[in-house]
Amino acid sequence: MTTVAPASLRLRFRLDRGSFVLDLDLALPGRGVTALFGPSGAGKTTCLRAIAGLERVPGGFLEVDGEIWQDESRGIFRPTHRRALGYVFQEASLFPHLSVRRNLDYGRRRRRVSAQPVDLDHLIELLAIRPLLDRRPATLSGGERQRAAIARALIARPRLLLLDEPLASLDLARKNEILPYLERLHHELEIPVIYVSHAVDEVVRLADHLVLLAGGRVAASGPLMETLARLDLPEEFADEAGLVVEGTVGASDPAYGLVRLDFPGGSVYVAHAAEPAGRRLRCQIRARDVSLALEKPRDTSILNLVPARVVAVAGTAGAAHVLVRLDAGGTPLVARITRLSCDRLKLAPGAAVWAQIKAVAVLM
Amino acid sequence: MSDLFHVTLFTLGVALLGTALILPGGVALGWVLARRSWAGKAAIETLVALPLVIPPVATGLILLKLFGRHGLLGRFFEQTLGVEIVFTWKAVVLATAVMSFPLLVRTARVAFEEINPRFEEAARTLGAGPWDVFWTVTLPLGARGLLAGCVLAFARALGEFGATVMIAGMIPGKTITLALGIYHEVQLGRDAEALKLLVISVGLAFAAVWLSERLLRRRTT
Repeated sequence: MTTVAPASLRLRFRLDRGSFVLDLDLALPGRGVTALFGPSGAGKTTCLRAIAGLERVPGGFLEVDGEIWQDESRGIFRPTHRRALGYVFQEASLFPHLSVRRNLDYGRRRRRVSAQPVDLDHLIELLAIRPLLDRRPATLSGGERQRAAIARALIARPRLLLLDEPLASLDLARKNEILPYLERLHHELEIPVIYVSHAVDEVVRLADHLVLLAGGRVAASGPLMETLARLDLPEEFADEAGLVVEGTVGASDPAYGLVRLDFPGGSVYVAHAAEPAGRRLRCQIRARDVSLALEKPRDTSILNLVPARVVAVAGTAGAAHVLVRLDAGGTPLVARITRLSCDRLKLAPGAAVWAQIKAVAVLM
Repeated sequence: MSDLFHVTLFTLGVALLGTALILPGGVALGWVLARRSWAGKAAIETLVALPLVIPPVATGLILLKLFGRHGLLGRFFEQTLGVEIVFTWKAVVLATAVMSFPLLVRTARVAFEEINPRFEEAARTLGAGPWDVFWTVTLPLGARGLLAGCVLAFARALGEFGATVMIAGMIPGKTITLALGIYHEVQLGRDAEALKLLVISVGLAFAAVWLSERLLRRRTT
């Protein structure tokens, strides 16, 4: 379904600080955005800091793009300033005593920039920071600061970009101001990006690969769409379970404010401004927004009715809900229904059902 | 009048030299105390603060024993470098330096502690090594606090008495500073002369403290 890029980042970090335990063994793709997702205290930031070398994990191992950055068994630990990486911190980290321009220069001067010199102008355009260049960080808004910080991290052509909840300190409006820039970067960057977040909406919009962390351990790791569709996600992620699918815009109905999205095996209507036909949109169908019926419901307000077949049912005994994985003519779907309904409808693998999709969220 | 002028100039020069002498060490120690922790840290902290609390005369006596002709350091300076310290202007500088050191270390430490370590970490991720980070991020961000610390140390040096009188004596034209001068004139019954020295030292101290307060206040807003 999704092609997995060859792993180019391997890490093994084990820490035991009594109340805090970290036990990670990961191989991550060499391109695209990997989201480290999990509740606070799950070890996301510690993992990111260990990758950057800001924190030294005894006995750790880290290989980036074929280079060993840390291998304690052989006594290797490359200090942070010798690791070609870009790091964007949660809070503003622009040097307050320098203008934005000199902040950008700081990294550029220090890294022996390899073969391809970074296209400075392009980066400045991409993040729309030209009007900010001569200003001091203290005079910038939170969103402007983070955009400049992202530019500064990228300007020295890092081989790895680390983002530690870059939007967490921003309010919703500022967040929505930055997300489009991050999406544009996503399409242009050819280096791996590791994005730490505890916000689902950011993850499903930006990530290609998802690592779920809970209690310092990897709960799941894999391509975004597959991982969110898994039925065995730990409790704290069950609410977010669902599918992220990419569809093609078929037709727009501006009079009703709807757009038809075509997937292999079906199509759904989503509330969205008119889009040129053929454009690809990423959207999310959450398991809790999908309900099931044995016969095609009539006279229902739900627009999207898709015939499907039950592939698997998963749920722990005693839990109120179960997750049902469906195959809708080639497109996977997950429904979250009560165990009671599941028993009443006698759902089992192979059963033919109608999936009623209440909401489809367009992500980008 | 020329005597007054000479004493004032001598005092300013000694205080300046004493402050300059302890600047590198004081800043370095302040940084280490602010950013590192190790097993014997508390002992070092206490040792550095000691001259603030023990009687200055006692500090002076310790210095005299150390730097005197038969002292451990005194012998070294005299035999190896051919420099005699006690009862010369060098002893005045030494006494003021030692007495100002704790003040400088304390303000430097606070100045460094107030810098968000995030900025230093950001510099490291941008390819700056430890010294580079210190010169281009830590020092500029702590500059105002460090400057205030220097002014404070300088002001303390201007008024040093107890330690100075022990190790440098009270030799007119040679080791007499404003503070020593006041005491000296009063002993000789020349109250008018003492009053003039008093006005000058209060004026200098006022200016120095005012400057350091201004520096510290502007940094926090």
